[in-house]
Amino acid sequence: MAHHVLQMPVGEAQARALRTGDTVTFSGSLFGIRDATQIHMFDRGRKARFDMRGHAVIHTAPNVRKVPASNECPVGYQPVCVGTTTSDRMERFTRPLMAQYGVRFVIGKGGLREASADAFRELGGAYLAIIGGTAALETTWIERILDVDLDDLNPESLWHFQVRDFGPLLVAMDSHGGSIYERVREVAAGKRAAALAALGVKA
Amino acid sequence: MSGKLHIDIPAVEEAAKLLYIRALKLLPDDIKRGFRRLDSAETDGTAKTILATMIENIAVAEKTDNLLCQDTGIPIFNVEIGRDVEVDGVELKEAIRRGTARATREYPLRSSVVHPLTRKNEHTSSGIRVPVINIDFVDRPRTLRIEMIPKGSGSENGSFLKMLIPADGIDGIKTFVIDRVMEAGGKVCPPTIVGVGIGGTSDLCMHLAKVAATRELGSVCSDPEGAALEKLLSNAVNALGIGPQGLGGDGTAFAVHVETAATHITMNPVAINIQCHSARRASATFTPSGVEIGF
Repeated sequence: MAHHVLQMPVGEAQARALRTGDTVTFSGSLFGIRDATQIHMFDRGRKARFDMRGHAVIHTAPNVRKVPASNECPVGYQPVCVGTTTSDRMERFTRPLMAQYGVRFVIGKGGLREASADAFRELGGAYLAIIGGTAALETTWIERILDVDLDDLNPESLWHFQVRDFGPLLVAMDSHGGSIYERVREVAAGKRAAALAALGVKA
Repeated sequence: MSGKLHIDIPAVEEAAKLLYIRALKLLPDDIKRGFRRLDSAETDGTAKTILATMIENIAVAEKTDNLLCQDTGIPIFNVEIGRDVEVDGVELKEAIRRGTARATREYPLRSSVVHPLTRKNEHTSSGIRVPVINIDFVDRPRTLRIEMIPKGSGSENGSFLKMLIPADGIDGIKTFVIDRVMEAGGKVCPPTIVGVGIGGTSDLCMHLAKVAATRELGSVCSDPEGAALEKLLSNAVNALGIGPQGLGGDGTAFAVHVETAATHITMNPVAINIQCHSARRASATFTPSGVEIGF
């Protein structure tokens, strides 16, 4: 159970060094992405203009305030509350994010499934779990909104954040086939019969 | 002086705006106590760390005057009108809509509400039939209470309805609850309040599940049969090992809440609606002595 301090972007070897149960804190760039963003990128053929090779994406649609552009707010957006949404709905976009855009890490809550695990294994990436619903804390790790693309989809735009000491995040799925979610699903399945028996349900 | 409580419509608009923002920032004490109870009973190391971070987040939100969670939810307003209250119901609903839109624009909050087919966001947290406004009448003198619930989508997507049949019995209900909690896993942001509606018609059953999911922690189903069942189910879901965020542990749910309604001789409906750990709500109570803001 190692703790990794990373500066983004990272290479394949750094991504593959992560193991489930490890923790990660990183600084640099982070890209915010959500349902509509990815539906437009991968189902409707829109091209994102950011270079996301070696970077992390986070499943988010932040609360932001429109302000005059400044060094602090280069594109006129100030973060108000930046949190994380449930990843499972975006399961089918993990592979194209990695294959077409070179993304290494997906950050989200609630986990992803088999197709994402395969993509992490084949292409070298990981799922980093953030604690859902703790957005007030998460917002303190965001320094600036550097840029925004596909902003007609606001709040589901493609956001480019500058972050500092973002984490700790838990490596919940790694590039070696490990998934804490899968393990917990097996544990729960193993306990189902006893739970039903305790409720007096006849088998 | 008449014995009626007259409701000032601009005050309703202000209250709607205030309640939406307040609900997003401050968790009620019963939920805070729920966190402490789960934390003290938790035996898994990772789960304890996660619960500690959630508790820290509540404090950070209060200290930085920020929203607890980025999900501003679908706004729901539950209005209870007591005896001897004078209010124009149509204007009341319009005032709630205006207050919701103003909270969104003036704070500003993320509008999480879109048209269901075009997916267009009007950036008002409003749209067709949203905010959801439920109106009921209660036997309280000269009181009007507005409860605001910003319902997050991660947990709302963990909603299920099954039109079980009488032969499936209570065993069918219990099995359905266990299996759907397992299916929802970490997606619904555990620890949760699992709301279970039993009986009624399909739509009433689903509504009861929402009432159950958004009920105060520590409250008990008024139907003794439902009360016994919610106790059993609370223990059972926390024996599954799903844990906070679905990453393993004891604390899967703060509680399972049950609400019941009479149903048809041929029916046995059960519905589930889940509330995430950011179990937010706020309320305004209008009485002859003024407006009291609380949870």
